[in-house]
Amino acid sequence: MTTASVRTTSPKRRLGDVVFANLTRTAGALILVSLAGVAIFLTSEGLPAFGAKAGELQGHDNFLAYVAPLVFGTILAAVIALVIATPLALGVALAVSHYAPRRIATAIGYVIDLLAAVPSVVYGLWGIGFLGPKLIPIYQWLDEHLGFIPLFKGPASPTGRTIFTVGIVLAIMVLPIITAITREIFSQTPRLNEEAALALGATRWEMVRLSVLPYGRSGIVSAAMLGLGRALGETMAVALVLSASGVVTFNLISSTNPSTIAANIALSFPDSTGVARNALVASGLVLFVITFIVNFAARAVVARYEPGRKK
Amino acid sequence: MAKSIDVSDLNIYYGDFLAVEGVSMTIKARSVTAFIGPSGCGKSTFLRTLNRMHEVIPGAHVEGKVMVDGQSLYDPSVDPVEVRRMIGMVFQRPNPFPTMSIYENVLAGVRLNNKKLSKRDADDLVEKSLQGANLWNEVKDRLNKPGMGLSGGQQQRLCIARAIAVEPQILLMDEPCSALDPISTSAIEDLIHQLKEQYTIVIVTHNMQQAARVSEDTAFFNLAGAGKPGRLIEMNPTKKIFSVPDEEATEAYISGRFG
Ligand SMILES: Nc1ncnc2c1ncn2[C@@H]1O[C@H](COP(=O)(O)OP(=O)(O)OP(=O)(O)O)[C@@H](O)[C@H]1O
Ligand SMILES: [Mg+2]
Repeated sequence: MTTASVRTTSPKRRLGDVVFANLTRTAGALILVSLAGVAIFLTSEGLPAFGAKAGELQGHDNFLAYVAPLVFGTILAAVIALVIATPLALGVALAVSHYAPRRIATAIGYVIDLLAAVPSVVYGLWGIGFLGPKLIPIYQWLDEHLGFIPLFKGPASPTGRTIFTVGIVLAIMVLPIITAITREIFSQTPRLNEEAALALGATRWEMVRLSVLPYGRSGIVSAAMLGLGRALGETMAVALVLSASGVVTFNLISSTNPSTIAANIALSFPDSTGVARNALVASGLVLFVITFIVNFAARAVVARYEPGRKK
Repeated sequence: MAKSIDVSDLNIYYGDFLAVEGVSMTIKARSVTAFIGPSGCGKSTFLRTLNRMHEVIPGAHVEGKVMVDGQSLYDPSVDPVEVRRMIGMVFQRPNPFPTMSIYENVLAGVRLNNKKLSKRDADDLVEKSLQGANLWNEVKDRLNKPGMGLSGGQQQRLCIARAIAVEPQILLMDEPCSALDPISTSAIEDLIHQLKEQYTIVIVTHNMQQAARVSEDTAFFNLAGAGKPGRLIEMNPTKKIFSVPDEEATEAYISGRFG
């Protein structure tokens, strides 16, 4: 009775609550405003590019023909990165959360977190100076022996600065974020579910399959999507490593590679003017939209898995 | 098929901490044995050593002997995974696999044993196990719905169905009714009565009436004092324990004069 009557009277407004509520409201509004600001800038600055004529866009007939290879390259590089990084990250996360002895697990965790702190320009330099050259013999081997697969059609790049190298560099860059998120989720698997599997006579791996992975699957998807987002937008490492020529090809190991939106902007913006500059901004808008779509897709996937877990 | 268990001089540790000391007992095949005793005296700990679930906790280990039908459970040549396939366990809180349907939950253990089941055999096994757990009639129309969508009591019976689907020789139950209402409790007690025809059952319970109702033998555990390890005080036929126990401590605990 008393609780009911207390609840109906309007609650006393405490100063702390009011301040905090307004702070959070402001912060939330600020995010929306800056996001809108970015979108408006990209649209207004990019608009002229949509009506650009042939000759104004690095030899392309219209904006679509200009941006399509860039979109292709962006997505290709990010997908390669994700295909390499996701299984690796899951393996590391599982090793840390369920296999390795605690001391080793913490050490691995630190190293992975350190990887996240390395600036991307360093990865770029490492890609050109070390990884690329090291990969040349492998590309030659792939070209010779697996050349019948379109992915490895060759001719093998003599510098190693291919989209595949970029994919590997990006994979290492997105590894920490995917690992960190999945590790966190795996280690939160309820003890109860793990013991359910073990008590049925599951081996360690079967226990992971029965309880840890199902529990973590929406987390795995969101972690991969966050990684994808980072790979899509990565500029510096790609700009340094990739020897790009604006083609559309699935040939991963040759010296003619598609460029990516972000790298193209970074490389061409300083000495472009007029419509060419508008086109670069417009390509930025396209990247913005792609990132949005990826995020929404991730949310949709997560939401689809969620009901099974919530109930 | 059902097996008896012989424990001698078992000490159970969590790291350096001796939780249970010097337990020796014989658990008869095809009968129900109840463990009673105050909270923290090591009933769950002891129960979990009977299917080697104790050692999944880091640092946990045992000294002493557990024999199941003459085979030593802690022999170095024995694979704990095999032990757990032979000795099933039901936990205090129902724990169906959250992402699996009712149907898949029942089959989870069987699938682990790498048995290739035809659809027909799988259907039959699911029906038989759910019948065995007294759950079939309630769920037969929604076998493909998630197991987590059931009520607590139904979930617990689903876990029992999952445990008996692999046809274990022994079934360990740790307070299986403590989260359940009287009706679900009585359904599970009925089930225990049926199951003991085929299985050796060990059940931990805080409910004296339940121990008296379902078990043939009862073991009373107690703490020797604060910070001391738990011990087995007395094990006798349930009738005797609840009428003329050998030990005064047992009498005191059962009649509610605890101390
Ligand atoms: N994971 C663990 N790590 C360390 N000590 C533990 C662990 N689990 C239990 N213990 C200790 O072992 C002793 C026995 O605990 P146990 O859970 O077996 O008691 P119990 O008789 O089952 O009690 P309850 O009736 O409350 O379930 C207690 O002192 C407890 O603190
Ligand atoms: Mg207990």
